[in-house]
Amino acid sequence: MFDNPALLKAIFGRLTLESLPLHEPIVVATFIVVALGGIALVGALTYFKLWGYLWREWFTSVDHKRIGVMYMVLGIVMLLRGFSDAIMMRLQQAMAFGGSEGYLNSHHYDQIFTAHGVIMIFFVAMPLVTGLMNFVVPLQIGARDVSFPFLNNFSFWMTVGGAVIVMMSLFVGEFARTGWLAYPPLSGIGYSPDVGVDYYIWALQVAGVGTLLSGVNLVCTIVKMRAPGMTMMRMPIFTWTALCTNVLIVAAFPVLTAVLALLALDRYIGTNFFTNDFGGNPMMYVNLIWIWGHPEVYILILPAFGIFSEVTSAFCGKRLFGYTSMVYATIVITILSYLVWLHHFFTMGSGASVNSFFGITTMIISIPTGAKIFNWLFTMYRGRIRFELPMMWTVAFMLTFVVGGMTGVLLAVPPADFVLHNSLFLVAHFHNVIIGGVLFGLFAGISYWFPKAFGFRLDPFWGKMSFWFWVVGFWFAFMPLYMLGLMGVTRRLRTFEDPLLQIWFIIAAFGAFLILLGIVSFLIQIFVSVRRREQLRDDTGDPWDGRTLEWATSSPPPVYNFAFTPVVHDLDAWADMKKRGYQRPLTGFRDIHMPRNTGAGVILAGLSVVLAVALIWYIWWLAIVSFVALIGYAIAHTFNYSRDFHIPSSDVARVEDERTRLLAAEGQAG
Amino acid sequence: MVVMNPAGDVAAQQRDLLVVSTALMLIVIIPVMALTIFFAWRYRQSNREARYEPDWDHSTHLELVIWAVPLLIIICLGAVTWMGTHLLDPYRPIGRVAAGKPLPPDVRPLEVEVVALDWKWLFIYPEYGVAVVNELAAPVDRPISFRITSASVMNSFYIPALAGQIYAMPGMETRLHAVINKSGDYEGFSANYSGAGFSGMRFAFHGLDDAGFQAWIAKAKDGGGKLDRNGYLELEQPSEKQPVRHYAAVDTDLYKAILNMCVELGKMCMSEMSQIDAKGGLGMAGIRNTLPLLYDKFARRGTIFGPAPSYVASICTTEEALAASKADQSATPMTSTPIVGAGLQRPLPLSIRLPSPSATGTLRSPFNS
Repeated sequence: MFDNPALLKAIFGRLTLESLPLHEPIVVATFIVVALGGIALVGALTYFKLWGYLWREWFTSVDHKRIGVMYMVLGIVMLLRGFSDAIMMRLQQAMAFGGSEGYLNSHHYDQIFTAHGVIMIFFVAMPLVTGLMNFVVPLQIGARDVSFPFLNNFSFWMTVGGAVIVMMSLFVGEFARTGWLAYPPLSGIGYSPDVGVDYYIWALQVAGVGTLLSGVNLVCTIVKMRAPGMTMMRMPIFTWTALCTNVLIVAAFPVLTAVLALLALDRYIGTNFFTNDFGGNPMMYVNLIWIWGHPEVYILILPAFGIFSEVTSAFCGKRLFGYTSMVYATIVITILSYLVWLHHFFTMGSGASVNSFFGITTMIISIPTGAKIFNWLFTMYRGRIRFELPMMWTVAFMLTFVVGGMTGVLLAVPPADFVLHNSLFLVAHFHNVIIGGVLFGLFAGISYWFPKAFGFRLDPFWGKMSFWFWVVGFWFAFMPLYMLGLMGVTRRLRTFEDPLLQIWFIIAAFGAFLILLGIVSFLIQIFVSVRRREQLRDDTGDPWDGRTLEWATSSPPPVYNFAFTPVVHDLDAWADMKKRGYQRPLTGFRDIHMPRNTGAGVILAGLSVVLAVALIWYIWWLAIVSFVALIGYAIAHTFNYSRDFHIPSSDVARVEDERTRLLAAEGQAG
Repeated sequence: MVVMNPAGDVAAQQRDLLVVSTALMLIVIIPVMALTIFFAWRYRQSNREARYEPDWDHSTHLELVIWAVPLLIIICLGAVTWMGTHLLDPYRPIGRVAAGKPLPPDVRPLEVEVVALDWKWLFIYPEYGVAVVNELAAPVDRPISFRITSASVMNSFYIPALAGQIYAMPGMETRLHAVINKSGDYEGFSANYSGAGFSGMRFAFHGLDDAGFQAWIAKAKDGGGKLDRNGYLELEQPSEKQPVRHYAAVDTDLYKAILNMCVELGKMCMSEMSQIDAKGGLGMAGIRNTLPLLYDKFARRGTIFGPAPSYVASICTTEEALAASKADQSATPMTSTPIVGAGLQRPLPLSIRLPSPSATGTLRSPFNS
């Protein structure tokens, strides 16, 4: 049977034994490490009998808090993968001088920089941002869950599905060798006939469904589920930025889905949307993908701005300066983010008037962004600043981000972009804003809300280690790239000729090593904090003297978040409640209506992954079977009427009494 | 740092814009950074001297200032951008040789046709009838006019010492005007990732005095054979880190054929196709006018579900096509949407721009029918 090639092809498509990179020592070694780690993890889960617990309490959970935490775990795991790619690139570029080929051939190196970009944006930054929004937003607006709890679970698992597909490409077949946006004609079937680009397309399509649905969900939640009294202009600023981000997601992600679908049609059925020949136009792809791609940047940075606003106000012990202008700045950025995409391809030959229009709209974005920086600055003014970890990240952000903002405006001047486009200056710029803005914001957010999620703080010592390694490492890693860009060095190069450049790459590699220590310290911080959780415990639910509603409930919050929906009278609702001597209601609890857990999200996402793999490898029977199963299961799930239940008032009373006891003990101790 | 210290006037003006913009932005960036550090230190929790106003959250005056200052800077920067973008538009013929050095009235720009190949550069000098692979030279202070295209995927043509970059894209032509002011050896490369051999897509760019340039052309003339269509199809095959190669002669219609993706004889040129389409196309019959594709670039082998690969056949015979292209060497390749902008020539109406009515038949403009 195994010597019949037609039969094998019918069963396995283009998947053959040669697709497994058994001849690549680096990949095999990685696979062995990952496999051993995986076996150890599975073994431990089995030994401690945790599978049932994980399935019941986490995987099938529709609780927005648990889904938020799972998003964060996904983001951190993928950060390790994305960062391994980064450090491999830094090593290669530090080595490949004077005729040396380095240690990576182009087949590997080109996959690595593509995977690095794709993973860091789609499977690190996006899950971390979505995770924080998922966890925080319903608490901040005094809601019990998101509008569509099942959809939330499904969205998460689709994002995981995309990540699984990308990870699979490491060991079965290969990933795209096109750069993270896969410009055609290079990504077309003519120049990339292998499975790499198909992995790229289907990973992003599967994850894209998740992102889009989670965007719809959060917009709906914020618009419809705010506590009574919370008008739009009393919404916490993080919720505002989350609203704008999700509006951007809803408007931008369908474009990505469409453009990748067109590319898939070109690759699968021979249409000519983006081919050189037959009237195709590759520039249209570039145009469309940046209409998604530029708003994507703001999708990531706006929630980070929200986090910094919350943190600054909380740790300065002060109302946020200029709340109204902050809100308008956010809205203006949201709208303008759709009017700037062409600045990614000034160098493709548009006329001067078109280029200057998009250059100037890009610069205009710096006005509301500048206003935001000033607002944080004047929140610090006449405040009483506590330099806990989240505030440290915020100050580091303000000092780092303005540099990235400045180089960004520089790149928006078309003639300047002609000399810096695609250079390492550009690479330094976007890492400057994504690390210095998004990532610093996420770390601030993680250390700020961690006690809310788990009931104990993160260990400050290892947090500070991580902070200093990250910040110093960032400057070491990317300032040399600014210099190299000004020396006319372009991105994605694998080998170099000019030996004078090498020292800068070595400094950059040293910076990447410091960042590695920063990541390790962060992992140690979590490990140490879990071990020392009794010392770090916070029973008040309000460890930072917070100002918004999430600090009004216990840490971790009960499943239902709030026993009684809070009533809001002021911006900074919780600070206002504390000031007016708010008393927690101790009696009169009612039954609480809650959504029921379901495994449908896991199953649907699993089927999507199977479908994607079948399409990537041309295994048509499997594609048909999994597609039918996917649609069939989705329809069957609509007949599942057992979707909700009531938490009896006695249970609520028990949970709330326990909190009363803890608060009383805390009051006596304090 | 070549970008900060270039040898060509265009790159120097781009550098100046870079410096001016940076200086403008530092007006606001430096105070912000200083204030951040100062406030962070001054209002630290342990400093009980500092005033603490937990409810102070609004000041109309301050808000006006914090919106107005960035706004004013962006207005200045926007004006600089608008002017700079138009003056340094790569499609605009250059207006001066260097600062304070106007263009001599009788100077004719050096025409260079640039083709990005997998993974090397082909430069054709139509004026001298020579072609060179992976080496470029130009006389000092003579304007250069580049026409740029690509044979397969997107690249970006960039010589940092000379001028900013512009993409090289298949089936499309981009333009770049520049001038080199100092003689010397510079580096050029592709600034857009184009596949496995991308890192090796470098070439030397020599700025030479007039005598030196003539000698360089003479050397190219001595260099070797003729680059014709078949030779080009061989050259076009992917190869990495190619040595410099000279061609003493080059088919006059080669660049046009590359741009219109019809180097293979019998394939319909894009210009031909757009002229036919402008006349209303071939109708339903047109979809039959394809021939099976035996070879296209290096890897295309059709999609799994799509039709077998094919190409649109030329409706001229090979001889006719060759004769037509020889007869009409001055005509620029036909593009259906001319690029317009301030400082650029207005496109002529379609009927005037076409080579001659006898060669193409009478055209009806779609706008007055």
